[in-house]
Amino acid sequence: MNQPARTPFVAALADAPLPASGIAWLDQARRGNLEAFADAGLPDTRVEAWKYTALRALAQRSFAVGDAQACERVVDPSAWAMAGIDGPALVFVNGVFRGDLSVLDALPAGVSLQPLSRALVDEPEALRFAMSRHYREPGDAFARLNGAFATDGTVLRVAAGARIAAPLRVLSIGAAAGHDLAWHGRHLVEVGEGAELTWVEQHLGSGEQAHLATQLTDFTVHADATLHHVVLQQAGAGSSLVRRSHYRLDARARAHLHVLELGGLLVRHDLRAELVGDAAAFHTHGAFLPDGRQHMDTQLAIHHQARQTVSTSTWRGVASGRGRGVFRGAIVVNAGADGADASLGNKNLLLSAQAEIDTKPELEIYADEVKAAHGATVGQLDERALFYLRSRGIPQAQARTLLTTAFARAPFESLADAALREHIQQLLLARLPD
Amino acid sequence: MLKIDNLHARVEGKDILKGLSLEVKPGEVHAIMGPNGAGKSTLGNVLSGREGYEVTEGSVLFEGRNLLELEPEERAAAGVFLAFQYPVEIPGVNNTYFLRAAFNAQRKARGEAELDSMQFLKLVREKLKIMQLSPDLLNRAVNEGFSGGEKKRNEIFQMALLEPKLAILDETDSGLDIDALKQVAEGVNALRSPERSFIVVTHYQRLLDYIVPDFVHVLAGGRIVESGDSSLALKLEEHGYAWVAEHGEPAGASA
Ligand SMILES: Nc1ncnc2c1ncn2[C@@H]1O[C@H](COP(=O)(O)OP(=O)(O)OP(=O)(O)O)[C@@H](O)[C@H]1O
Ligand SMILES: [Mg+2]
Repeated sequence: MNQPARTPFVAALADAPLPASGIAWLDQARRGNLEAFADAGLPDTRVEAWKYTALRALAQRSFAVGDAQACERVVDPSAWAMAGIDGPALVFVNGVFRGDLSVLDALPAGVSLQPLSRALVDEPEALRFAMSRHYREPGDAFARLNGAFATDGTVLRVAAGARIAAPLRVLSIGAAAGHDLAWHGRHLVEVGEGAELTWVEQHLGSGEQAHLATQLTDFTVHADATLHHVVLQQAGAGSSLVRRSHYRLDARARAHLHVLELGGLLVRHDLRAELVGDAAAFHTHGAFLPDGRQHMDTQLAIHHQARQTVSTSTWRGVASGRGRGVFRGAIVVNAGADGADASLGNKNLLLSAQAEIDTKPELEIYADEVKAAHGATVGQLDERALFYLRSRGIPQAQARTLLTTAFARAPFESLADAALREHIQQLLLARLPD
Repeated sequence: MLKIDNLHARVEGKDILKGLSLEVKPGEVHAIMGPNGAGKSTLGNVLSGREGYEVTEGSVLFEGRNLLELEPEERAAAGVFLAFQYPVEIPGVNNTYFLRAAFNAQRKARGEAELDSMQFLKLVREKLKIMQLSPDLLNRAVNEGFSGGEKKRNEIFQMALLEPKLAILDETDSGLDIDALKQVAEGVNALRSPERSFIVVTHYQRLLDYIVPDFVHVLAGGRIVESGDSSLALKLEEHGYAWVAEHGEPAGASA
């Protein structure tokens, strides 16, 4: 097979020195992933998973690996202040753990929370399974980069039976640097049997940088445990952000996911869930709001692998300006996953003639007695509703905002934490001014 | 207050109103009756400024202003209110929030002080009592999942709150049970005043037993073909619209 010509993107990263860990298996995994990245480069749109997200522009750019000055970057903590939420938080600036900005004292009983950089020193063997993975699928370019270069991130464990009420947070902040940077976060979250956790993942960034970040997170939710995972994506306006989240749910485990995509220029989120235990339940909710020239691509894949497993997915897209949204929602019900119940809906709103949203629900069922429903729509604001509001005296722009906010907020009504719900409402209102 | 002169309007390329004239003075209640498809709702939509309703001829003056050049929200602030024949469900928009946004937007447009949420809630409670509407409807999304009757009562509740100068009630009585019909009529009657006018579109004489109109008009084929006092409604009830055609339709009005 022909080697693809090296793009500036690949050239800059393929020859970058790998971080040295002194751990043989880790160095080997990093080398393997980097080689695989260098060989295959970035996927083009012929790769099914990247069909609607062209990486041509990204391929022409080059990024420096990591930020040697990350610890000196000045960032403003008020950027992530959240009314009613002041629990433990792990803060990363340009991919590097910042102890000075993090809040790690007063961890609730049953919680172990550490930056990956420390965990790799303290207990590398415990991370071996996750960190020695090789990514072999076509289109895994960013996972390979992450596997090669990630040196920091989160290691969080909640002990069996511990029910943690206050949300724990991880903040990934992009700060302006002399040049565009690429950094990579690796996160491992484990919720023990019967435990409960609310995990808030935030992405923030100042406008004047155009960094690339990859974030890879594994969630393991053990039997009878509950995970609430909230993602607030407000990355810098010029930045590229590629995330992949894996969820593994044991028997009767439940995960509730709420994702709000607001920031970034090129944003890709892969969500993969494996419902491996009987009666596991996975509920995903999200909204993506590409505006300007933003491109936001969400790829959801839920695998029902056990009996009586349940999944629901409620996603909304709102595209304005020349914004582009992509949503793929795939539900696979494996043979033997009898009695599974899956539903997926994606409704989208186009607010301008240049905006575009491509949505594709997919259903594959190989089991018996399965209930499955899915649907996707793309439309404009309801003219009748708009007229109704205006006829009562609400000016047109305000009426449009009211309807758009209501539309985008719908997936978050199910969010259990009231402070987070209110915060999201405020973010939406700020995003859609009247 | 309202002076409609020779109004012609078109929807989707189809002429619906064909020379409608009507004058409503302050304090008057005008009932409009007429067969299905005659153009009654079209008149309400044209008066409140709905898009897609193209006025091709004629004029509408509201308190001396050209109503037709105003945006829907400007008409609302000027005092025009339409109670919809089919109120729209708006998922995700809280009813109280919507009402306050509307109320304050109108006040702002008129240069009046806006009410804060405490003041507004107090006002809402007063008006709720008048309409005997269940307060939990306020915490729901606008009209979402409301029964047919609740939707209609919600329209009248909004009218009571917004206190328009001219209210157009488009078949607000349709689908109401007898008690609700009386409540709606009471709500309207409570608002009757020498400054406030009503155009009441209905198919049923019964409503007019409760809301006694000063004038009754028959709208057919896009224009007013017969006008009279409240006894006209009784005649229509007895004889049907065919009677109008025989009795006194102006020349050239038949479609
Ligand atoms: N948006 C529209 N698009 C197409 N046709 C319309 C539209 N609105 C009204 N029409 C047509 O205009 C005519 C008059 O309709 P309108 O709703 O005004 O009648 P109406 O007198 O209110 O009837 P009803 O008593 O049934 O409510 C009808 O033939 C209707 O189909
Ligand atoms: Mg009608």
